[in-house]
Parts: sequence; C-alpha cells; structure tokens
Amino acid sequence: MHISIEKRGYVSKRYSTTVYLLSIFVAVIISSFIFLLRGVNPFYAFYKIFQGSFGSAFGIKETITKAIPLLLIAEGLIVAFKGKFWNIGANGQLLIGATFSTWIALNYGPTHSAITTIPLMFIVGFIGGALYGFIPAVLKVKLGINEIIATLMLNYIAEDFVEYLVYGPWKGKTQYGFPYTDNFPPSATLAQIPGTRISYITLIIALVSVVVVYYFIEKTKYGFEIKVAGENPHAAEYSGIDFIKMTIIMMLISGGLAGIAGVGEVAGIHRHLTYPAQVSSGYGYTAIIVAWLAQLNPILAVVSALFFGGILVGGDVIQTSLGFPFSTINAFNGFILIFVMIGNFFTEYKIKIRR
Amino acid sequence: MNLIISILQRTMVAGTPLLLGTVGEIITERSGILNLGIEGMMALGAIVGFSVTYTTKNPVLGLFTGILAGGVLALLHAFVSINIRGIQTLSGLAIAMIGSGLAGMLGKNYIGVPLPTRFSEVAIPGLSKIPFIGPILFNRDPLFYTGIILAVLAWFILFKTRWGINIRSVGENPKAADALGINVGLVKYLSTFIGGCFAGFAGAYLTLAYMPSWIEGMTGGRGWIVIALTIFAQWDPLRAILGAYIFGGVDVLQYILQPLGIPVPILKMTPYIVTLIILLITAREIMRKHLGAPKALGEPFIKGEK
Repeated sequence: MHISIEKRGYVSKRYSTTVYLLSIFVAVIISSFIFLLRGVNPFYAFYKIFQGSFGSAFGIKETITKAIPLLLIAEGLIVAFKGKFWNIGANGQLLIGATFSTWIALNYGPTHSAITTIPLMFIVGFIGGALYGFIPAVLKVKLGINEIIATLMLNYIAEDFVEYLVYGPWKGKTQYGFPYTDNFPPSATLAQIPGTRISYITLIIALVSVVVVYYFIEKTKYGFEIKVAGENPHAAEYSGIDFIKMTIIMMLISGGLAGIAGVGEVAGIHRHLTYPAQVSSGYGYTAIIVAWLAQLNPILAVVSALFFGGILVGGDVIQTSLGFPFSTINAFNGFILIFVMIGNFFTEYKIKIRR
Repeated sequence: MNLIISILQRTMVAGTPLLLGTVGEIITERSGILNLGIEGMMALGAIVGFSVTYTTKNPVLGLFTGILAGGVLALLHAFVSINIRGIQTLSGLAIAMIGSGLAGMLGKNYIGVPLPTRFSEVAIPGLSKIPFIGPILFNRDPLFYTGIILAVLAWFILFKTRWGINIRSVGENPKAADALGINVGLVKYLSTFIGGCFAGFAGAYLTLAYMPSWIEGMTGGRGWIVIALTIFAQWDPLRAILGAYIFGGVDVLQYILQPLGIPVPILKMTPYIVTLIILLITAREIMRKHLGAPKALGEPFIKGEK
C-alpha cells in the first residue's frame, strides 16, 4: 500500500467552503473536550458558551461589545499578516493607544466639549498605537530583528508601563486607593446605545475600518505591494518594492487600529485607565485567530470577530457559572486555530492511497 | 561579599529554566522546526510537575511527568508542522495558547497551595568548600547541575556525533539529507519532541525548585525570552549557557534595585528591555559575521517535490 499526498489543482469554491465550515465545526466540538479536564461535560460547557453569547438579547449585546475591539484589531492584523509581518503586539499597541487617549481625557477633556475631545482622543489613540507598531517595524527592516519577539516584548513593556501609571503618577485621587485613573469627564466618554455597552462611535469606526482595509488592500498601490511581498518576497524584490516604506506603512495602520480599539475600551467601557489585563482583555491575541479564521479577508473578519466575541462572552459565563479560569478560553482558541490549519490542509492537498 | 554570593546564587537559579528552554529550542530549530510555543509547554510542564509532586509526594516523578507533558504538547506542533505543512509561526502561537490555557485550568485548585516537598540544594563534596565559587556553583539543587550537563551534552551531540550531523543537515538542507537516506520526518519529530521535553523540564524547574508553588502566568514571558536567547546563542548550546545566566542576573537585578525606590512595574520591564537590547547586539554581530539561522528553518519539507 502506498500513501501519497498531492496538491489539489483546481479547488471549487463549494468544496473549499464546505471543508472550511466543517473544520470550524469539528474544531469547536473537539476543543470542547478540554472541559473534561475539570470534569465538566463538554457538550454542556459548549452549550453554556453559546447560550451565554448568542442565546439571549443580553448575550448578543455583550458579544457585539467584545466583537468591536476584536474587529478593529483584526483589520489591522490582516494588513500586517498579508505582508508576512507577524504583529503579535496588538495588545501593547492597544494599551499605548488607550494611554495616549487617557492623557487627553484627563488633561484636555475637563475644559473642552465632547465635540473636540472625542475626535482628539481617537486621533492620539491611533497615533499612540501606530508609534508603538512603528518600533518593531523599524527594528525589523533596519536591523533585522525578529518581529515576533520584538512585538511580544513590547506587549510586556506596555503592560508594565500602564501598571506603573495606574499604581503611580496617574492613580486617581477619587478612586479610594484602587489602581484606576480618575474617571473621565463626560466630555471624554462615548455615548452608548441604550441598554447596552456598545458605543455608537466605536461601532461605526470599526465598520468603516472594514471598508477602508478592504479598499486599501484591493485597490491601492501599497495594498498591492503588500500582497505581492507577502506571497512572493523574491518577486517583490525584483519588482522594486520599497520594503522599508511598505513595512512601516503596514505597521502604522496595524498599530493604529489597535490603538483605536484601546480608545474604545477606556472611553466607552471602563471610563478610566485601569489594570492592563482588564483594558486589553487579551484582545490582541484573540484577534490573531479572528484574522486567520477569516482567511485574512477583511469582510469575512466581521463574521469571525462576532464568533470570537461570542466565545469570549461565553468564556465569562463558564467562568462564573462553572468555575473555569479565564485562561480556559485561550486553550479553546488555540485548539480552534490548530483545527482550522488542519482544515486548510484538506483544501490544499489530497491524500491518495494506492495498492 | 555575602551579598554578592547571594546575588550570584540567585542568578544561577533564575538562569537555569532559561538555559533548559533555550537548549531545547536550539535542538528543535537545528532540525528546521520553529516552535514558538515554549511559553505554553513551560507552563504545562510547571503545573503537571507541581500537581504530580503534590499528589504523590515524589518530586522525581513530578519532574518526569512535567518533562513528558512538554514533549507531548510539542508533538502536536510537530504534527501540524510536518504532516499538515501548516505555518509554523501560527502553530507555535497556538501551542503557546493551548499550553498556558490548559495549565490555568489544571492549576486552578492549586493556587496558593504550598508544595510539601521540592528539590533542595546538594553540596558537592570538596568542590562546595572552595571559597566564593563553591557556594555559588557547587551548592545548588540537582537540576541546576543537570541543566549544565544537558547543555554540554546537547552541544556534543549536535556538533560531534553522527546524530548531530543528521539533525543539522535536516535543518539546513532537507532535500540533500533526504537524498542521503536520512528520515527527515523522523529527525524533525524527535528533535521537536526533545525540545518540548526541555521546555517541560524548564517549567517543572520553576515549580519544583525555583518557587515551589503555582500561580497562573508564573512563566512570565520566559518562554518568549528563550526564543530570543536561541538567536543570541546562535543555535549553539554552549553560548546558551552564557546567555541564560546573563538573563538570570537581569532577573535578580529587579530584586536588588527594589529597595532603591524604583517602582516595581518599571523594574518588571527590565528583562524585556534587555531582551530587545540583546537582540540588537546580536543582530549587528550576525550582520558582521554572516551568521544565521538554520537555512530551512520554518519551511515545510515535502518529499519528492521540486
């Protein structure tokens, strides 16, 4: 008997979509088996997760609340990943964006109206995230430093920096000793859709970012260059693409969008800067899977952001009702990523068994 | 003087998990597999080592199960990288998430529980009496000595034996290795498994010798620093010894500087900042000497494909 693996030539849209959806379905089912580790019936836990996130009006509202930062970050990551730049640093970029906008909220906000404060917060948030994305981009193109390690180290540094601020110089005088900054003035907080924690502005910006990223990748010269460089670096070299410029632009967008997600979190949800883990909620890592599950398609990312928003909400539910630690969802997400990769294999290759 | 001795003693302890992790990653990467999942394999090794030791009161059994836990998780990475031809960066990230997540789940009931038994210091007769050097190097826990021996052994195997040549040729040029009759897939599988075992060992060291208790996130980015140290070591286990103990020193530095009134979060940044600095220095050296990673690192090998 002889087993060989062959590349599929033409793959019909129907086949690849079927395999893709099937692999996600299988991924979710099999990943649920990790709940056995704590003696909980996987189907029950699985049911709890989806009931908690999509099974009620409250759940759906919370799912959308969490899908917004995931979508913003994933859109940025899609740009970077298309150009094969492994930006694992969205968590840090989010935190720096949140920090920059907090400064505006606390120093500019009290004496100005929302009409100038809010746009300013989003602008500096974008700048903060973009600058923080700029660092690993320069380290990579100028000095050849691996971007995965650089972005990860910058995540840890940003976390410690925010911790320093909220325990130290920025600690609020009105927060009874809690490590929060003072609450933002009304001019620096975002209006929410009544009965939810969804802020209009962040939702709109997130949806606009989908269109902008789609347009950028598909219709602009830079987007084209990023795709070429990502798919075939050698061809890109001969075609005279300016790698340095391209990488920097890519990372300014990627970091900037994560920074905007950070503004949405502090101005829309928490209304002060607080523990780094609470501000970022690990969105920067989950969004990596959001981007890949969407197969780096900016439009599909809307669906996968909602899906993972739901999983995060469900994660909170099983945390409180079944006593799972927060990290459970990390393991769950990691397994989903693995199974989606296995699914990709079956769309690209076929296994032939000859006797 | 006593202070210096105590600082250096703690440096040795803090550097050991980094050394173990780095030597493992060097073996894995030498075979052409990039496994970014160290942080997860370490966390899993730490909690498995802890819980087994806690239940059986047998730290040796705990250590071996911790090592095995890291290895088994690495096999998942090997499967995705070798058979599925997946993107290794992505698979490694998934491994990091899975390992940290599972460790959090398994460890929930052990938070704040002290370990009844651990690996304690063993003085080497004679050598431990040498002034200054003795108490620093020869009055350590047995795992410290094991770490150094394993690093030297790994160097010897990689550079002085047939096996080592096979591993390196698979990482440099898998097609040529295949033509010479080397089972490329098997070599990659074994190297990845062994690398995972080392990461599991590093994790178990944390809970069984370094700090005999479990808290979630206790690996604290060590798994990522290991990836950087692998580059700093230029894929050479002997250089890894140097790098790991420099970093051990950086770890201890935080505690020395604390009484000076520097805020703790700022001190916590130091290992990460130093990692970036070390990478900067290494990058310059690589450019000057034209050194670099194994040539086929991270690329899937497809037998018979042109």
